[in-house]
Amino acid sequence: MREKILTFIEKNSRIDLKELAIVLGVEESAVINELEQMEAEHIICGYHTIIDWDKVGQDKVMAMIEVRVTPQRGMGFDKVAERIYNYPEVNAVYLISGGFDFMVILEGKTLREVAQFVSDKLSPLDSVLSTKTNFILKKYKDHGTVIASKTKDERIQMIP
Amino acid sequence: MRNPLNKTIVTIEPSGIRKFFDIVSEMKDAISLGVGEPDFDTPWHIRDEGIYSLEKGRTHYTSNAGLKELKAEIAKFLSRRYGLSYDYNKEMFVTVGGSEAIDIAMRAMLDPGDEVLIPQPSYVSYLPCAVLANGTPVVIELKEENQFRLTAEELEAAITPKTKLLVLPFPNNPTGAVMEKEDLERIAELVIRHDLFVLSDEIYSELTYLERHVSIASLPGMRERTLVINGFSKSHAMTGWRLGYVCGPEAIITQMLKIHQYAIMCAPTMAQYAAVAAMRDGDEDVAGMREEYNGRRRYLMHRFREMGLQCFEPFGAFYVFPCIKEFGMSSEEFAETLLASQKLAVVPGTAFGECGEGFIRISYAYSLESLKTAMDRLEAFVEERRKG
Repeated sequence: MREKILTFIEKNSRIDLKELAIVLGVEESAVINELEQMEAEHIICGYHTIIDWDKVGQDKVMAMIEVRVTPQRGMGFDKVAERIYNYPEVNAVYLISGGFDFMVILEGKTLREVAQFVSDKLSPLDSVLSTKTNFILKKYKDHGTVIASKTKDERIQMIP
Repeated sequence: MRNPLNKTIVTIEPSGIRKFFDIVSEMKDAISLGVGEPDFDTPWHIRDEGIYSLEKGRTHYTSNAGLKELKAEIAKFLSRRYGLSYDYNKEMFVTVGGSEAIDIAMRAMLDPGDEVLIPQPSYVSYLPCAVLANGTPVVIELKEENQFRLTAEELEAAITPKTKLLVLPFPNNPTGAVMEKEDLERIAELVIRHDLFVLSDEIYSELTYLERHVSIASLPGMRERTLVINGFSKSHAMTGWRLGYVCGPEAIITQMLKIHQYAIMCAPTMAQYAAVAAMRDGDEDVAGMREEYNGRRRYLMHRFREMGLQCFEPFGAFYVFPCIKEFGMSSEEFAETLLASQKLAVVPGTAFGECGEGFIRISYAYSLESLKTAMDRLEAFVEERRKG
């Protein structure tokens, strides 16, 4: 049942729990229990909203920063990652295989703000060897959701 | 001027839902639950394969029977899903949707006077196709108390010395009824005893919510007297690609293929290439859609229970068939009034045969969100009617 709940709420976390129970064909209390347990076990780590900020008219700048680091003795990459992810400006940090070590996703109000974070906070960290900042120009799809406007139902409305 | 028309064609009625279609398409904010096709778009990897085939210039005819590659994949699919085994070179060909297969099966099998048993409520094309093939359609009226399954008693009562073919439309449009293995075994026994053939329209076979679909052709002694018709429209959300197939005994398939060859030539080429991807890598897509449909089905059944609307629980296709007899209106009146007062369109059960009277077909090939709004409207209507 966990997997079914997760598959469903991954796409629609706002569904009414009573409805979710109906759709899954189980008791509402069972759904509530599972959800609470999965939150406690940190299987469910949060509920977020996918927003097209462009439409709000609010400027937001997002950058994906490739970071190369020297892992710290005894701590590996985790300690370095922690120093980076503790900044609230940092949206996401991934350890990456390939040409660099971390992919850091950063959100700021302006290009300047993002650039400043990189030069003032990220680069000076002892273990950081180099950074490469890629600004995001346009978001097409996020969390499995296409950002472009909803498509209309073009089916013929009565078909036997 | 002479009458340009054939005597039979003028006796055939146009589809009964035309009227509703005209009203719905003019009405603003109407919600229609009258659509008999998936709301999902064809999975992208399948579409991509279609596009790729166009880019590669695969814009020519295929062989009459269809791409060998596709037929081989279909044979594998039928074997892994339903335990059917067909020689794809001799016992199968690719058609323009299941619809073409229904038509040419009747034309290849019927002589004037041959009776075709057609259980109803069911899809609208069996009866006209039988008539156009000079057959005599004999309707078997399915009953709600049997969950709209075909029983051996009903079948036996309809069999005469002239009966040749039984149409088996399960999982069923419009009722959502399925036939389980034991149901089919009883039917098979009669079919064999009376030396009949079966046209098994299994287009909804991938959409069952109780057990995996059982094809009557997989029962002992039935393979040699069954045509299995299936396709990609409902399972892989590929209605617009117009692609289906038919499998059966070589003797029938060979003759059907002649009609296909002269009337159609071959099924659309790019659709066939796309379908190869559907058969090869599409099982997961289908499983995902099945899961979604099943959730919606449960939701509708729940709402019906809440509003006290009688409806047997269907386990196939994407339709529910609630009973509206308590309102003292005909199905058509009910559908018309519902549309006028709540802007909600459903299909009257009578569009699928006279015995659909007293029922409406509701499709759940819609997002949960739309179904919620629609059920709110239906509930308001039902309550208002009960007050009188």
